[in-house]
Amino acid sequence: MIDRSPRGAGAYVLAFGPGLMLAVFFLVPFGIMLLVSVAEAVKGGAYNLAFDGSHYARFFTPFFGRVLGFSLFIALLTACICITVGFPFTYALTRLGHRAQVVWLVFILAVLSLSEVIIGFSWSILLSRTAGISNLLVWLGLMREPVAWFPGLAALLCGLTYLGLPYTVLILYPPLSRLDPELPEAARMLGASPLRSFFTVVVPAMRPAIVATVIMLFVFTLGAYLLPQVLGRPQHWTLSVLITDQAIFQSNLPFAAAMAIFLMGVSLALVLVTSRLNRRAMGSP
Amino acid sequence: MKRRPSSLTIASAGRRRFLMASAAMTLAGAVGMSGRPARAAGTLKVGTYGGYFKDSFDKHIYPDFTRETGIEIESIAEPTGEAWLVQLNAAARAGQAPADVSMMSQVAMLKGQASELWAPLDLARIPNHTYLLPQYVHRYPDRRVDGIGAVAWYITLVSNTDVYPEAPTSWGDLWNPDNQDRLGLLALVSNSFLLEITATTFFGGTDVLGTEDGILRVMAKLAELKPNVKLWYRDEGQFQQALQSGEIPMGQYYHDVAGLAAAEGFPVRSTMPTEGGVNDSGCWALSRASDKVDEAHVFMDYMCRPEVQATLSRKVGTAPTVRREATDLSDAEFDAVSSSIPPIIPLYEMYNERDEWLNQQWTELVTG
Repeated sequence: MIDRSPRGAGAYVLAFGPGLMLAVFFLVPFGIMLLVSVAEAVKGGAYNLAFDGSHYARFFTPFFGRVLGFSLFIALLTACICITVGFPFTYALTRLGHRAQVVWLVFILAVLSLSEVIIGFSWSILLSRTAGISNLLVWLGLMREPVAWFPGLAALLCGLTYLGLPYTVLILYPPLSRLDPELPEAARMLGASPLRSFFTVVVPAMRPAIVATVIMLFVFTLGAYLLPQVLGRPQHWTLSVLITDQAIFQSNLPFAAAMAIFLMGVSLALVLVTSRLNRRAMGSP
Repeated sequence: MKRRPSSLTIASAGRRRFLMASAAMTLAGAVGMSGRPARAAGTLKVGTYGGYFKDSFDKHIYPDFTRETGIEIESIAEPTGEAWLVQLNAAARAGQAPADVSMMSQVAMLKGQASELWAPLDLARIPNHTYLLPQYVHRYPDRRVDGIGAVAWYITLVSNTDVYPEAPTSWGDLWNPDNQDRLGLLALVSNSFLLEITATTFFGGTDVLGTEDGILRVMAKLAELKPNVKLWYRDEGQFQQALQSGEIPMGQYYHDVAGLAAAEGFPVRSTMPTEGGVNDSGCWALSRASDKVDEAHVFMDYMCRPEVQATLSRKVGTAPTVRREATDLSDAEFDAVSSSIPPIIPLYEMYNERDEWLNQQWTELVTG
C-alpha cells in the first residue's frame, strides 16, 4: 500500500492517463448501464430513457432469490475448491528450481489462452457417456459400463475450477515466492512436521493473499455464463445466464442491465464485508 | 427467433468477416483492373446467420447474383436470435446500418416494427413477389410491406438411428417415460415453439394458447416432459454433436441441418411427426438506416425467383417460400425439404404481445 499521497504537478500528470482510461472505459459504460437499467423497454432491443424502477421490482420473487442464492453458492464453492487445490500447489511450485518454475508458469499461462467455449465443450466430451473418461475406466476394468457425468453440478464445478485455477496460481505466486523460507524452516527446526509448519506458519502468514484470491475468484466465477449452460442443468443456470438470455435472446436491455447492476451490487457488498472482517481480524492481536 | 447461435459462431464470425472483407477488396481490385463496364451498381451488405447458412449463401447464391446484376455482396455473419436485432436497432439510432439487408426471424420482424426499424418496401419494384406464398409477404399493421420471405424451414423430431432403430412418429413420443434423460430441446420459449407443439399434440390445436390461463395449462403439460430432457440447448452445435454420437439420442432440431448430417453418413434421422413439423421462416428486411434502397429491391427480387428458391432447397435444404408449382423441384426434392402434413405454424403474435410474462413463466418452468 502506498501510504504517502502523491505530491506536485508531476504526480497529477502521471495519474491523468490512467484516470482518463478509467473514466472512458469503466465509468462511462457503467453510467450508461445504470441509465439503461431504469429506462423503459421498447420491443426489439430499443429503450426510451425514463425512470422506470419496474425492472428492479421483478427481483423480489422467490425465483430470483433462488437463482441469486445458487449463483453466490456456486461462485463461493468454486473459489474455495480453487484455493484448496491451488494454494498447496503454488507453495510447492515456489519451492522448485528456477527452470521448473518457468516451465510450470508457461504451462499455466497457456491454459489461460483457452476460451470458456473450448473449456466447456472439452469437459462435456470428457464427461460424456459415448466418448468420455468413463470408457477408459471400463477398459481398465474399474467400471462395468460407461456413464454420463454431464450435465450436472459436478461437471459444472469441474469446468469452473479449471477456469479459475490458473488465476489462483498466478495471483498466489508472487506473495508465496516472496515468503521468507526461514519462517517454515524455523518451525521445522523447532520440531514441527512439514504439514504442521505449512498450516501453522505458511497459511497464517499468507492469509491476506488467500482472502484476496478467494474474493477475486468469487467475482470472476460469478460472471461465468457459458459453462453453466454447457455443463449444468437448468437449475444450475446462474444469474449471469439469465442476464445473457435477456440481453442477447430476448432483447430486453433494461432488464438485463438492471440484473447486472443488482448482481454487481450484491457481490460488491459481499466483498466489502469480507475485506472489512479480514482487516479487523488482522488488526486484533 | 432463430437459429445459428453460439458464441462459437460469434467468435469466429469476426475473423471470417475480416477475411471476407479482404477477399472482397482483392476481388474488387481485380475486377476494376479488368476494365469491367460500369453498371448502376454498388455494394450491398447482406446479413445471414453465421456458419452453415452464410457459407451456403456465399457459395451457391451470391456469386451468380453479382455476375448478373453487378451488385457486389458483402456477406455479414449475423449472431443468433435477437442479438442482431438489438445491434441493428442501436446502429440505426446512430444512423448506421451494419447490414443493409438482413435475414430476420418472424418474432424479430414484429419487434423491429415497434421502433420502425424496417424500411418500407415497394412491391412494384419486386415483380417476382407474385411467386411468393401469401404468408411470406410481411407487413406493418398499416399494410406497408417490411419483409420478403427469404427461406422457410422445419423444426422436426430427430433421433439417432443407432439408439432408435424404429423412427419415432409423434411429438407425443417425447413424453414417453422410456425416454428419461434422453432428449435435447431448445432452451427458449420463443425459438423452441414447444408451446405450439404441446398444444397441437395434446390440446387439439393452438387455440388454447389464446389466453394466459390456457398457456399455463399447456405449460403444465410441458412440465411433465422435464425428467426426459437432458439438454436444453441454445446453440445448435451443442445438440448436433450429442445427437450424432448418441449421447442425447432424441429431440427437436432443424430438418435441413439434420438432413445434411444424415447425408454425411451420421446415424441421424429427421422425422416429420404426424402432428406436423413446426414451419418457421426468415424474412429479408431492409434497415431504415441503409441508403442502398435500390440495390436491396434488386436483391430481394432476385431471391424470389423460383429457380433461386429451388437452388436453396437443393443446396441448403430449406423449404421454398414461393409456390411449389413455380419451381422445378421434383417430388423427392420437395419432400426432402417440406411435407404434405399440415405444419404447426408458430404464434408469432403471442411472443410479441406477451413477451415478458411468457419469458418469465417459461424460465421458471424450465429451471424450477
